[in-house]
Amino acid sequence: MLKKISFTVNGKALSLEIDIRESLLEVLRTRLGFTGVKKGCGVGECGACTVLIDGTPIDSCIYLAVWAEGKSITTIEGVASKDGELSKVQQAFVEEGAIQCGFCTPGLVLTTTALAESGKEYTREELKRELSGHFCRCTGYNNILKAAEKSLKPEEHQCACGHHGEK
Amino acid sequence: MYNIKGYLDACTVSEAIELLAQNPNLRIIAGGTDVLIKMQHGQFQEAELLSIRTLESMADIKKLEDGTMIIGALATFSQIFNDPIIQAEIPALAEAAVSMGGPQIRNIATIGGNICNGATSADSASTLFALNASLRLESKTGARLVPIREFYLGPGKVDLKPGEILTEFRVAPEDYRGFGGHYIKFAARKAMDIATLGVSVMCKVAAKTLTEVRIGLGVAGPTPLRCVEAEEFAKGQEISKDTLAQIGKLAVKSTNARTSWRASKEYREHLVEELVQRALKTAIVRAGGEELA
Repeated sequence: MLKKISFTVNGKALSLEIDIRESLLEVLRTRLGFTGVKKGCGVGECGACTVLIDGTPIDSCIYLAVWAEGKSITTIEGVASKDGELSKVQQAFVEEGAIQCGFCTPGLVLTTTALAESGKEYTREELKRELSGHFCRCTGYNNILKAAEKSLKPEEHQCACGHHGEK
Repeated sequence: MYNIKGYLDACTVSEAIELLAQNPNLRIIAGGTDVLIKMQHGQFQEAELLSIRTLESMADIKKLEDGTMIIGALATFSQIFNDPIIQAEIPALAEAAVSMGGPQIRNIATIGGNICNGATSADSASTLFALNASLRLESKTGARLVPIREFYLGPGKVDLKPGEILTEFRVAPEDYRGFGGHYIKFAARKAMDIATLGVSVMCKVAAKTLTEVRIGLGVAGPTPLRCVEAEEFAKGQEISKDTLAQIGKLAVKSTNARTSWRASKEYREHLVEELVQRALKTAIVRAGGEELA
């Protein structure tokens, strides 16, 4: 059974016929080529397939594509600026060495992006809780947590005298 | 691809009920975090799905003028955890909500689905048991209110009749006002895990005495349950370590735990005895009692 849906992916409005049996993960990866959306466990445990739906992190493997009607979806491909400049969150992941094989990275960057955009403050324990839906099997979680903390910190600048201060 | 034969979207509760009456084979889907995962594991093949996920009227959390709390069946776990009314009035339910799954699951999984799934490990169930919550079930022939303790019939089996939809949970003011509560989820991991045991305790205290205690347990039997004998004993007892120890021991009597790969029956019984006391200790303080050393 086919159904036509209209939705936005990374700011671009799209309209396409999808099969009602398809997950959002399948549509994003195989129909639209957003291969930054990773397929891990397929049952909502590992978080590799996380995308933002109207700004909220969701496991796209257990989200039917028909449910995307009218929604605005962000994948990792939509996080950096068009000219390739990394987002603050992506930059923090690079600086903290929070990446090894990279399979969990898109999901973690997206969840962290949602946390950063929420404008809320999180304690370290709360951050751990908010990142707990992502499995990383190589870096360990310390650098990821550091990157998330850095992402959520108000921006700092360094002046000539070497002091750090908030802008 | 999921093995789905048909898919319908209901726009209103009455439309959903009408569609269900026409085709009782329809499988209701909301958040999908149980239904779709079961499908991935080979159950519900060639499912004809009826999606109720866009019925916004069923996602509200509100307090009525008489104090009755209404929690829509489609309220998500994130929504419950972040809801100011729940946080203020029934913090134990907020604790239970945030213990379930991980953030992405909580963002989409609904409390109605958690209960209709019928699992003894449902994180929201033990607290709803302790709250004497009732369920509003609507069908073409009308609506009925069922106490949650009567809704569970067996493992994975609930009293949801063909053609019925769970629309909301109700908690009467006398079932939460004046109570202090606490939920403890015991699991091997802090996130993305199924409870080895879930303990929810609500209590009322007056002048160093327990005036009412309610103990809801998950995974201590084939369905969530209440520890009636321990509750009866607790009424009117002076708050002391000894009282708590006796309550913990009596709580085990109401259980019917089993051995699974997660934990043995004996281990679960030990957890019941210990965690009921720990949960009660915190609940006593939240109810205005003094902290036990």
